[in-house]
Amino acid sequence: MGKQLLSGNEAIAEGAWSAGAGVGTGYPGTPSTETLENLVQHGDVYCEWSPNEKVALEVGIGSAMGGVRTLVTMKHVGLNVAADPFMSVTNTGVNAGLVLLVADDPSMYSSQNEQDTRNYAAFARVPCLDPSDSQEAYDFTRKAFDISERFDAPVILHETMRIAHTRTMVECAHERDLEAAAPRDYQSQPSKYVMMPAYAVARTRVTNEREDALVEFAETSDLNRVEMRDTKVGIIVAGALYNHVREALPEASTLKLGLTWPLPPKLLASFAASVEKVYVVEESCRYFRDHVAALGVKLSEPPAAPLPRSGEIFPADIQRSFGVATPAHLEAAKDLPPRPPAFCAGCPHRLVFNELRRMKAIVTGDIGCYTLGAVAPFRAVDSVIDMGASLSMSHGMELAGIPERTKRPVIGVIGDSTFAHSGITSLLGTAYNGGKGTLLILDNRTTAMTGTQGNPVNGLTLSEQGARISPLVDADEKPSVLDRPAGRPLDLPALCRAIGVDEVIEADAQDLKAVRAALKEAVSHEDLLSVVIFRSPCRLVDRTHKPAPVIRDCRRCGTCIQIGCPALGKDETNYAIIDPTQCVGCGQCEQVCPFGCIKSE
Amino acid sequence: MPHATASAASSTVHMGERVHLDHTMTVLLVGVGGQGTILAGNILAMTASEAGLDVKVSEIHGMSQRGGSVSTIIRMGEHVDSMVCDPGTGDVLVAFEAIEALRNQQFLKEDGRLFVNDETITPVPVNIGNAQMPRGVGARLDEIGAVRIDAGEIARGVGSPRSTNVVLVGALSTALPFAVDEWRDAISRRVPPKTVEANLAAFDAGRKAAER
Repeated sequence: MGKQLLSGNEAIAEGAWSAGAGVGTGYPGTPSTETLENLVQHGDVYCEWSPNEKVALEVGIGSAMGGVRTLVTMKHVGLNVAADPFMSVTNTGVNAGLVLLVADDPSMYSSQNEQDTRNYAAFARVPCLDPSDSQEAYDFTRKAFDISERFDAPVILHETMRIAHTRTMVECAHERDLEAAAPRDYQSQPSKYVMMPAYAVARTRVTNEREDALVEFAETSDLNRVEMRDTKVGIIVAGALYNHVREALPEASTLKLGLTWPLPPKLLASFAASVEKVYVVEESCRYFRDHVAALGVKLSEPPAAPLPRSGEIFPADIQRSFGVATPAHLEAAKDLPPRPPAFCAGCPHRLVFNELRRMKAIVTGDIGCYTLGAVAPFRAVDSVIDMGASLSMSHGMELAGIPERTKRPVIGVIGDSTFAHSGITSLLGTAYNGGKGTLLILDNRTTAMTGTQGNPVNGLTLSEQGARISPLVDADEKPSVLDRPAGRPLDLPALCRAIGVDEVIEADAQDLKAVRAALKEAVSHEDLLSVVIFRSPCRLVDRTHKPAPVIRDCRRCGTCIQIGCPALGKDETNYAIIDPTQCVGCGQCEQVCPFGCIKSE
Repeated sequence: MPHATASAASSTVHMGERVHLDHTMTVLLVGVGGQGTILAGNILAMTASEAGLDVKVSEIHGMSQRGGSVSTIIRMGEHVDSMVCDPGTGDVLVAFEAIEALRNQQFLKEDGRLFVNDETITPVPVNIGNAQMPRGVGARLDEIGAVRIDAGEIARGVGSPRSTNVVLVGALSTALPFAVDEWRDAISRRVPPKTVEANLAAFDAGRKAAER
C-alpha cells in the first residue's frame, strides 16, 4: 500500500497500534484529542477517556507495569495535572513501554498558556521525542515504545499543534508487532515500584545512571540528524520548525533534533565547530537556548532581529531575523470586524450567561465552551485559570469577603466534563470547610469544546463514542460495543448531596423563566451552599431543528440581539431579523423579547 | 492584479498522469466555521496526492470552530517543506465568505489568484453593535482582482444548496494543473454516496462560473 495523508495525531495512533500498544488512556484536549479517537478504531487496543490526565497517567502506569504497552495522551496543560505521577514514574520506570503523547499549543489557538513540555522532560529526566511531520510521528511513536523498554523509562512524545493538525504523506507498515503486543510477565518488585523514601533514594540513583546512558544514546541515535549545507550558518532546530527553517533558509546547515531530551553534548559541539555561527530556532520558550548554552556551546543571536519571544514562529519570522527579504504583498486590512468564536445558535449556555450578566454577578469561570461567556455580548466572567478553578476560586472570593464588600453575588460556573475532571474536589473543599454560596454546573451532556467526547457525567465510554453512539441515548438502551463494559453516567445531584451541598436545584437551561428562578433562589440563600445544575444538550450533539420563529412588529429595542446568537441580526432600519439557515428554532430569542414580537408558528 | 497562471493547464493533463510543479504551490481556503472548508481541503489534497505530488494540509481546530474565522492551508509540490503560508506566498486564495477574503488578502502573491464566494456573513460583534461592517466590500474585492462567484446561488441552481463549498472547489480547479477527472474522482470518493451526482454538478457549475 502506498502513502496516505495522515495528521500527526492519526499517524501516532497508527504508530501505537503497529507498535503493539494494548491500552490507550487520556483526557481530551486540543490539539491531542483525535489520537485516542483514532486508536480506539483498532478493535485490538482498549482505549478509554479518564476523568482527568492524572487518572489517565496512573491507569497507564498500571497497565504498563502490568506488562502491556500503553499510550497516554493529553494536551500540554494536562501534564500539569498529571505532574504528580509523572515525577515519580520516572524513577520507578516501566515494565512494558509507556509513551505519553503531550501536545503543545504555541500561539494558544485553544489554550490558556503556551508552556513547552520539553521543560517537563528535562525536569523529570524523561526521554522526549519531537517529530517534524506525520511520517516521523508514526516512526517516532514506534521508536518511543522501544526506547521506553530499553531504558526502562516513560517516554514523552512531544508535538505541537502544527504537527498534530497537519496532514502529510505517511507510509505505514499496516502491520501490528504481535510479539510486542503480547503482555509481559508481571512480578511484584516493591523496591522498584513502591516509592517510599528508602526505595525512592535507590531508584533515583538508577535514574542518574539512566540519564548517563541516554546521553550516550543521544550522541549516536538516528533520531538526531546533521545536514551540512553552507557552513556559514548552522541551526539547531526540532519539530515543525525544522520545516520552516528549510523553507526560510534553504542553504543553512541544520542539526535536527528528534530527541530533545537528553541533548547530545558532543554532537552539539561538533556541529557548532563545523559552522561559522550556530543559532537555535525555537518558539514560545527558551528551552534550547538555555540547555544548549549550558552545555558550553556558544550560540549567536540572529543577525537582523531577535525571533519573537512568544507565539508560533513562521518562515517569514525566521527570514526577518536572518535578514532575508520577504515577498511583497498587500497590506493586511485593518478595518474589518473581528470574527471571534461565539456560542452556537441554540447553545444551552446562552440564557445562563444572559442572566448572570443581568444579575451583575461576579463569576469565577472555567475551561470549556462557556469560557466564551467572558466576551461580548455577555462579558459575564471574571476569571478563568485552570480546570476546576471556578468552584474553588468562588470559595476564595467568599473568604476575601467579596459578596459583602461588593453586594454582588459570587458564582462559580463549570461544565459537566470539567466538573468531573477537577471540580469535584473543589466542591468538596468548599463543603468540608462550611463554605456558602452558589455554584453552577452547566451539564450539556458532552465535552463540547474538544469535539463532543464522552465523559463520566454522560457515561459514554470512548469505545461507545467510537461506535458513534449518541450521549443522549439512555444508559439502559445503549447497544454493547465489542463486548466492552457499558459506560455509567454520573448522578450529579446525588453526588452533590453526598459531598454535603445544602441545596441542589435542577433546571432546564433552555427555559428562561426556570433559569431566572433557579438563580434567584440559589443566591437568595446566603447561608447555604447551593448548586444549580442546568441541563440541556449541546447543539452539536442534539442536532434536532425546529422552524425559525417569525418576528412581527419589532420595536427595535435590541434586547434579542444582545444574547449574541449568530442567527440573529438587524436590517438597515434596525429591525431584528433571523437568518433561517443558521437558526435551529431553540426559542431563546422568543423568550427574551420583552414585547412578545418573536413567535414560533 | 493580473491573472498570470492561466486555467489552460488543467485541460492538457489527463487522469492518472503525474503532475510536475516547478515550485511548491500554496492554496488557502478561508471562511467561517461550519462552511465546509475542511471538506474542500480534503478534495484538493486527495487530487494533488493522486497526481503524485507531496502534500501538506494544515488546519486549526478547537475554539475557532465555534463560528470564528477558519483557514486551511494546502501546500503541494515535488517536496514540501513548511506547512504554513506567510504573507505574499499564496498562489491561490479561496474565500468562502467575502470579509474573510479581505482579512486574508495579504497572504496572496502579487500574481496570485483570488476566488471569493460573493456573500457576507455578519460577525456577532457587528450584530451586537461592537463593530461595523466594512463599506464597499465588492469594490475592494474587484480592486484586488477577485473572481467573485455567487456560489450559494449556483449551488441552489443545480439543486444542491449544501454544496456551496464544492462550487468553490470547481472554481479553484481552474487555477490548478490537475485533470478534471481527478477532481471529480476525489469528490466522488469524499462526499456522502447519495450526494455524489449533486456535488459533481456543483463542481462543474463552479468551474464554469470561474472560467466565464
